[in-house]
Amino acid sequence: MTTTDTLIPSLDDQDAAELMRAARSGRRRRRLLILSAQIALVVLVIGGWQLASAQGVLDSFTYGSPSGVLDQLKTWFTQGTSTGSIWHNIGVTMEETVLGFLIGTLAGVVLGIALGRIHALAEVMAPFIKAGNSIPRVVLGSMFIIWFGLGPSGKVALAVVLVFFSVFFNAFQGTREVDRNLIANARILGASEWRVTSQVVLPSAMTWIVASLHAAFGFALIGAIVGEVLGAQAGLGQLIQQAQGNFNANGVYAGIIIIAVLALAAEFLITRFEKRVLRWRPTQLSGDTAGL
Amino acid sequence: MAAQANQTTTGTAPAIELRTVTKRFRTPSGGVYTALRDLDLTVAPGEFCAVVGPTGCGKSTTLSLVSGLERASRGETLIHGEPVTGIDRRVGFMFQTDAVFPWKPVLDNVAAGPQFRGVGKREAIEKARDWLRRVGLSGFEDRLPHQLSGGMRKRVALAQTLINEPEILLMDEPFSALDVQTRQIVQDELLSLWELTRPAVVFVTHDLEEAIALADKVVVLTVGPGTVKDTFAIDLPRPRKVQDIRFHPRFVELYEQIWTSLRDEVQLAYARTAGESPRPEQAPEPGSGPVRDHEPAVNEPRTNEATRTNDTIGQPR
Repeated sequence: MTTTDTLIPSLDDQDAAELMRAARSGRRRRRLLILSAQIALVVLVIGGWQLASAQGVLDSFTYGSPSGVLDQLKTWFTQGTSTGSIWHNIGVTMEETVLGFLIGTLAGVVLGIALGRIHALAEVMAPFIKAGNSIPRVVLGSMFIIWFGLGPSGKVALAVVLVFFSVFFNAFQGTREVDRNLIANARILGASEWRVTSQVVLPSAMTWIVASLHAAFGFALIGAIVGEVLGAQAGLGQLIQQAQGNFNANGVYAGIIIIAVLALAAEFLITRFEKRVLRWRPTQLSGDTAGL
Repeated sequence: MAAQANQTTTGTAPAIELRTVTKRFRTPSGGVYTALRDLDLTVAPGEFCAVVGPTGCGKSTTLSLVSGLERASRGETLIHGEPVTGIDRRVGFMFQTDAVFPWKPVLDNVAAGPQFRGVGKREAIEKARDWLRRVGLSGFEDRLPHQLSGGMRKRVALAQTLINEPEILLMDEPFSALDVQTRQIVQDELLSLWELTRPAVVFVTHDLEEAIALADKVVVLTVGPGTVKDTFAIDLPRPRKVQDIRFHPRFVELYEQIWTSLRDEVQLAYARTAGESPRPEQAPEPGSGPVRDHEPAVNEPRTNEATRTNDTIGQPR
């Protein structure tokens, strides 16, 4: 806690200062212990895998090997892939993902709040939303390929559809859960319906909306990758698809690793966004709670 | 100010008038709940009226009718002689629970009213600073509500409501969440702020002591469906100090009179919610604290009333 840190100098009580120091060194020791356990775990798994494939216990053609994955990554990053440089492929996938994420989120928030606010509209739309949500979204990928061809727009469309529902339901629920007193207060203070929506409902529902963004970005990535696997000219999904076609297990792993890194980076950005938007909340998600 | 332009005070019309008002709600289970039946209430301009009554007697419903948040099922609600058709700009409302916007810093919270009403940002902020000074919160402009104590949050809510300079101030047990000492301080602050602009006040409370200490007139409602049982004029001198007025001999007299009227209703309400016959209860000694003893009976099922009211707010009519 930052507040306890600032308190220390004002404590002239020796015992209290001593106690704080002890607690802090205890915390540091604990953190070190956890870190070393994590490193040990990585070494154990990766080392074991490498060892097993070198000894022939694991068939390295079928299961790949860490060194093989590393080689594949090196090849991709230095010599490029069959469909252009790796950065181009990453760029294509990220463009589809981010575009799909933004469009889907915007649509989800706007429609979620609109339906949350206007009960009649919600009643009209309810069966259609439910029906749309019941379709396994991945099958739409085939449809989008027919509609949009092999270019990026079909992948964006798939990502949009996946993102939309996850954000929509949260925005809708968040809107329904807004404290009625806050709305009544704003209306009596003189707010128009639009002001109530933009200045009371939206910030209130933000807790719900932001919570859905973590999952939504994952869905956007799934949409883009699945779209590419189904058929594309470039992108990480297409690279994985190609590696699979060549029975190149290392290529598949390498693709997975790049995607995981991208997803983690996005997750980091979304968490920062979340902290910023929800600064006003009394119970911030503290970094101590396992960070999951 | 637009609020002034809107003003149509004739001097003869009461600030608030409820004429044989009945309010029914549909309950979630499909039944009909009558909150108020043939209620008559008049509040003169500048008058401080406290409404007391047992749980579920429709005290809060009365306020939502005057504020325009709800419409009467039967009867008329008038503000300065005109029927209430919607939310009126001349009305301010202070809620029982915290209704300040938790994501806005204190200053923006207080400036929200003028800004909602189209005042420029700079002017609104200036005015908000002024009001924060009046409620003694200078220096807390940038704090978020959750960083303040309960008493300070109430003062923010007070400033937020009063900055619009309402001619009619509705208060729904605003201080019930505060501890006794803080409550008395905030009550005194309310009185001195009220003296400044003298709006007509309807102050709903379950705390009889609070009602007498603050008001010019105490209205006792019957157990629900609520209607006016008795009205008592409080002829205590002003300006008052809430802590001191309780020891005024006239205060004790009034307390006994009103409690006698209120007691039966409280016992009825208690019997109704507890499902047992009413217990004989002694009038608690004013000023010594045992008023709080009967609070659970009055307070506990209030949540029912609150949820019932809330269910219908904002739903399409």
